[in-house]
Amino acid sequence: MEFLAEIVISVLLVAAGIFGLVGSIGLIKLPDTMTRLHAPTKATTLGVGGVLIASMLYFWIFKATLSWHELLITMFLLLTAPITANFIAKAHLHRFGKESDLPDTKTDRGWATFEDEAKEMQPVMTRVTPPAQAPSDH
Amino acid sequence: MLRKLFPHPYLTLLLVITWMLLVNQLKLGSLVLAVILGTIIPLITAPYWPDRPILRNPMAIIGYVLIVLYDIVKSNFIVAGVVLLKPNSQLKPAWVTVPIDLRTPEAITVLAGTITMTPGTVTADMSGDGRSLLIHCLHAPDPDAVRDEIKSRYEARLMRIFE
Repeated sequence: MEFLAEIVISVLLVAAGIFGLVGSIGLIKLPDTMTRLHAPTKATTLGVGGVLIASMLYFWIFKATLSWHELLITMFLLLTAPITANFIAKAHLHRFGKESDLPDTKTDRGWATFEDEAKEMQPVMTRVTPPAQAPSDH
Repeated sequence: MLRKLFPHPYLTLLLVITWMLLVNQLKLGSLVLAVILGTIIPLITAPYWPDRPILRNPMAIIGYVLIVLYDIVKSNFIVAGVVLLKPNSQLKPAWVTVPIDLRTPEAITVLAGTITMTPGTVTADMSGDGRSLLIHCLHAPDPDAVRDEIKSRYEARLMRIFE
């Protein structure tokens, strides 16, 4: 039984390492910023995930303690990866993007990144009343 | 009164669970501290988040999470294959416009995050009125299929959860 567990943990660690490596290769190989974004947001999630599952199994089977930190790391990773990717994509659009390269929005308004700054973002929050006073320091 | 003290009950619950997981053991002292934090943080941040998100169908979240996890694993293999096996000249990156019917900000945020985490797609921007998302695909020979899959696989399920 312990031998089997060792094999499972080793397989998970090796697979995780391979996916981490593929993510890094993608960063070097892919041709531009937008395509390079895909490598770290995807190929590495399974890389980190594999290490975390292996760590949980190891502590559970060999140390007889259940560690919850791995679950938290997974949760934080799944929450932060899309937001970072979105910020990088928006920064890239601001600096190098041209609106003519992008497809039509199919609505009356343009993409938020390229719209006139003075133009108010139409509230998505249809059922929300804005807070009484807006925060002034940003 | 209770509503004033706990403007966001889900957030309070989430903070308590997160704190207990961080401490990594069940002790009364840390539970007390978790409840204190779970009360104070929602109170302080309430002005920035005036509305409670409405969950029409909380049980559907479990099915949604399972589907997204499965897709994340699948997307890892697909993206790994594209990175290792396709020469850059054969790569067909594409911008796709996805019109969205979701209206609540929480649902749109979850949809945008899901799109970023799943097969070869990254959410890049939103239109000024919040009615369509700009998606970048790593390798999309057929952009319309990507749009239809997002709408039927994720948006329809989120619609059932949030609206």
